[in-house]
Amino acid sequence: MTDAAKKDPLQHSSVQQEAEKAPRSQWRDVWDQFKSHRGALSGGILFLIICVGVIFGPLVYWNDAQYVPTGRDFIKLRDMRPIYHALWDPSAKMDWAYPLGTDNLGRDTLSRLMFGGRVSLAVGMAAMVLALLLGSLVGVVAGYFKRLDGLLMRLTDLFLALPLLPMILVAAVLFRESLSKSIGPEGGVFVLIVCLIGITSWMPTARIVRGDVLAIKEREFVLAARSIGTKPDKIISRHILPNVLSPIMVSATLGIATAIITESALSFLGFGFPPDFPTWGRLLNDAVDRMTLFPERVLWPGILISLTVLSVNYLGDGLRDALDPRIRGR
Amino acid sequence: MLTFTIRRLILAVPTLLFISLVIFLLLELAPGDPMAQVPLTVPPEVKEKMRLALGLGEPVHIRFWKWLVQFFWIEPQVLIDNIFGTTFSAGDLRVISWQTRSPVMDIVVQRLPQTLWVVGTAYIVAIVIALPIGIYSAYRQYSWFDQMGTFVSMVGFSVPPFFSGVLVIVIFSVQLGWFPSIYDTTLVVDSWDTFVKQLQQMVMPVMVLALQITAQLSRFMRASMLDNLNQDYVRTARAKGLSEYVVVMVHVLRNSMIPVVTVIALGIPSIFGGAIITEQVFKVNGIGQLLIGAIQANDLPMVQTLTFIFAVLIVLFNLIADVLYGILDPRIRYD
Repeated sequence: MTDAAKKDPLQHSSVQQEAEKAPRSQWRDVWDQFKSHRGALSGGILFLIICVGVIFGPLVYWNDAQYVPTGRDFIKLRDMRPIYHALWDPSAKMDWAYPLGTDNLGRDTLSRLMFGGRVSLAVGMAAMVLALLLGSLVGVVAGYFKRLDGLLMRLTDLFLALPLLPMILVAAVLFRESLSKSIGPEGGVFVLIVCLIGITSWMPTARIVRGDVLAIKEREFVLAARSIGTKPDKIISRHILPNVLSPIMVSATLGIATAIITESALSFLGFGFPPDFPTWGRLLNDAVDRMTLFPERVLWPGILISLTVLSVNYLGDGLRDALDPRIRGR
Repeated sequence: MLTFTIRRLILAVPTLLFISLVIFLLLELAPGDPMAQVPLTVPPEVKEKMRLALGLGEPVHIRFWKWLVQFFWIEPQVLIDNIFGTTFSAGDLRVISWQTRSPVMDIVVQRLPQTLWVVGTAYIVAIVIALPIGIYSAYRQYSWFDQMGTFVSMVGFSVPPFFSGVLVIVIFSVQLGWFPSIYDTTLVVDSWDTFVKQLQQMVMPVMVLALQITAQLSRFMRASMLDNLNQDYVRTARAKGLSEYVVVMVHVLRNSMIPVVTVIALGIPSIFGGAIITEQVFKVNGIGQLLIGAIQANDLPMVQTLTFIFAVLIVLFNLIADVLYGILDPRIRYD
């Protein structure tokens, strides 16, 4: 008896302790699960490093991406090799002021890489946001309003049946001139490419979101909300959207990856930004002609594209695990 | 099953019509002028005549109808004529390329074998590599082989073909000198030497294309195997005393192949899209390069026809995937 009496308060206090532990928020759980996925964590850190380097790099770095030397400087500065080249060829032409060397016009490679990264990432993010907005809108409307479901899903199927890469190529050529005239050569191409990628990549998001909305719509809390007279727009914004946030976030990360690859492919094929406006794909394309002599000019932009996409893919993978409460805690 | 196939085939017709309309309108609404390349010294009335000669004088819907008739009615006749030596299409106007003034389909037929060779080989190589990898990584889940497979397929997803292509050129063609960096389509294979040459020039494009497909397929195979390995029928098979080989390679594999086969069918159109870039990297003069050239030269009939052929491929293989799924999986009956 006494034993049990002794034990009881102890047990009681341990239960109490458990209950009195600071309440854990949902995002704390997500973060803990995300941390335990090693690939996702390193992917996230790598992506962050690339973003910071690309955004703040040009502010600290001393060379200007657009500066083209003329006269004697041109001869002196062009075709400089990267500094690590000295390891196996000490006689190579190089300068510590140009860590990754210069191109055939004497422009600094590292600053062009940073500048190109800004454009590539900006295109990727903007196209992802556009695709996400379109996809979520179509998905939520199709899932929630039964009358529009058939029509919108047929539209999604049609878009999936379109040959997207050829059509993006065609549209990029045909609409470039008029947009360039109205907004300016760089801005016009930026808007054009973002719109093209956004309009052609919303379909997977729409399908996933629609499926989730269909399931959530039948749950009790939505019924409760409806029974107290909540209007459909409030039900969607307060009850449904927060619950489909995780698939949207996952497709956001994967959307960045595909957008960056598509933009680079466009630039690589020569349908992207104008030649003096560097993006990673453009830099890669420019370097292909002389890759036998200067392989590093091909390697760096290619490695950066691949690393960015790889890190974003791992990030999305980890995010998918972290946001799924069924996997969390395993 | 047959009624389902027929119904899907009939349903594909409006889809294809709509897609061709979208492509046509995209080309039509674009502000580019096909006469923009003509020198300014050409007088306007001559320009107007050139415009008429290209068939641009008529309103949009008539030109769309003409294109439809040419593509769906006259071109099949030409095909039949060429096969059986008949003369159904004699005197009919075909879709004419603005670049070369010859029928578009003739050029496509010339270019198609190169694409099919490279793409087809890459696809088969990828399937042959991907399936064993997927099976073994599912069987030994979370082993080092599985982890490696995950990492390699992540890399395969992430490295775009225009970089992996350039990379293998730098490594194998420039540094090592094993393979030629340019695909020579004029090569005629008639002896052992030319056969070796053909193999050498095909290695790199096939490798680049196959890397991407392998990444996708092996992931899919692994997931599908994992779904099946924990099912009750597997335990039953083991309990009956069947050898591990028979359990995995006969019982599990057959069931896991069902979704994989449909994915293989679904992936074929997208590989043609991927071939556009690979052909550009390795200078293969297939239909991908034809498309790029036609876009740059503002050759609208060619662009319209090629884009539409891509669309037909997508719709066709979607249909094939659906039908295959129904045939392979007895639980799925569409009727």
